Amino acid sequence: MNAIVFDKVWKEYGDHVVLEQIDLEIAPRAFVALVGPSGCGKTTFLRMLLGEEKPTRGAIMVADAPLKPEPDSDRGVVFQRYSVFPHLTVLGNVVIGREFEKAGAFGRLYGAKRRQAEDEARELLSAVGLAGHEDKYPVALSGGMQQRLALAQALMRKPKVLLLDEPFGALDPGIRSDIHVLMRRIWNESELTVVMVTHDLSEAFELGTRIIAFERPRNRPEELERYGARLSADIPVPAEVPAAPKGATVTKDIEIWPKKMAGSPGVWTRYGPSAPRS
Amino acid sequence: MRALNYRPDKTWRLALAFLPFAFLCLAYVTGSGIRLAANPNDKLLPGFSTMGEALNVYAMQPDPRTGAYLLWSDTAASLTRLLTGLAISTSIALVIGIIIGLLPVAGAMFAPVVSVLSMVPPLALLPILFIVMGLGEASKITLIVVGTSLKLIRDIAMRVGDIPREQLIKAQTLGASTAQIGLRVVLPQILPRLIDAVRLEIGPAWLFLIAAEAIAADSGLGYRIFLVRRYLSMDVILPYVAWITLLAFVMDLGLRALQRKAFPWFAEARAA
Repeated sequence: MNAIVFDKVWKEYGDHVVLEQIDLEIAPRAFVALVGPSGCGKTTFLRMLLGEEKPTRGAIMVADAPLKPEPDSDRGVVFQRYSVFPHLTVLGNVVIGREFEKAGAFGRLYGAKRRQAEDEARELLSAVGLAGHEDKYPVALSGGMQQRLALAQALMRKPKVLLLDEPFGALDPGIRSDIHVLMRRIWNESELTVVMVTHDLSEAFELGTRIIAFERPRNRPEELERYGARLSADIPVPAEVPAAPKGATVTKDIEIWPKKMAGSPGVWTRYGPSAPRS
Repeated sequence: MRALNYRPDKTWRLALAFLPFAFLCLAYVTGSGIRLAANPNDKLLPGFSTMGEALNVYAMQPDPRTGAYLLWSDTAASLTRLLTGLAISTSIALVIGIIIGLLPVAGAMFAPVVSVLSMVPPLALLPILFIVMGLGEASKITLIVVGTSLKLIRDIAMRVGDIPREQLIKAQTLGASTAQIGLRVVLPQILPRLIDAVRLEIGPAWLFLIAAEAIAADSGLGYRIFLVRRYLSMDVILPYVAWITLLAFVMDLGLRALQRKAFPWFAEARAA
């Protein structure tokens, strides 16, 4: 997989400039985290990378050829919601990738080919920790399990780029850290370039090798229409020493300081105690 | 407690559902009793025994002229027309609705014409159908098809539009072609919703059927009602109306059961 190059890319919707002058090169095997305030064009950026939207000006190049103008199997994707097919079982959701690839217009495999696809799917499912759930429908899975399924589904076609649109944004913190471990393993084990949109900075720093921040430099109401977001920061994360695996038995008991007392008469503000208003 | 917080339990729910039916029956019996007391030959509100006798004649005894059991032959004739019409219109709606909903070009071309045509009052077309297709079965079935298919097409196209964009993108990133997306992603998700749409069209389908039978037919439930109307035979009309209602209700119930059985994921998703 070759580098993805954004060459002076602008995106405008009518008069509204969303992104301006994006010049960027994403190296192969990078894990890029896109951060920025809501509405700054992170998702638009991802959709352009996906081929769902075209840049208004400029070009996106992969291996010196323009990016294909529609989504294809080179680019896998996981959205925050609606990533999996509700009418298929967990196994069916993963097998369908191979069926799209190998079967004709009807998109169904039978016999030996299907069994082979199912075996591959089972392997992937146990890799993401969904073994034993093959026959359930996605609605019976928790949010974290659904996102694991979406990852397995996206990996079935072995994409070169994996695009993640706030994939873990709706998950509980504990489940989120579990799935971070999984995500890191997937990135280490497959030939993947990952681009992840997130609004969680700690997630960006934990997973990413490179953080890209988008921001609108001009934010006055009358300027909002005409000036889009620019790259405001591009931070390479230093390669970290792999941490020793943490034991699951350690539980932390943290007391919050200063102590909070129920029924305290005033509220401690940064200017000192304030009396309750009467 | 506020009124909106009173929730009936299962027994109460059943009892409450039964109550309006009981009230309707009671009101009828009382009204009929008052009229029959004033005039034992009153035909307007016959007693249940009179209706039972009429039903016995129509359902259990062969018609002296044709030898057919009228209630059953009428039911068979009507249901054949109704189900044929609904089957045709459902198949048309499924194919065209998915194409309009999925392909922007097809949507741009056909969606406006479908929404204009769906505003044509189907009953106004009935004379045209009789003129063009004659008075036989074809014109009645066509009326049902015309009357229900256009609304079904619009409904299906809208339901296809309701499928999250993310799923269509996801399927494309898995390498699916347009045909594969239509057959593996859209069609299976539309089928349970199609059942819902058809359930809502059962009522209009009966309306069109009875209207067509009333005007020109030689059998059928609608035909019979309008035939005996000349003799003020309320003792036949009322059981027939109840029978039609029961048939429509059972069809609705059957479709709902089919939806639950055939698409377990849909019921689960709806409950969640």
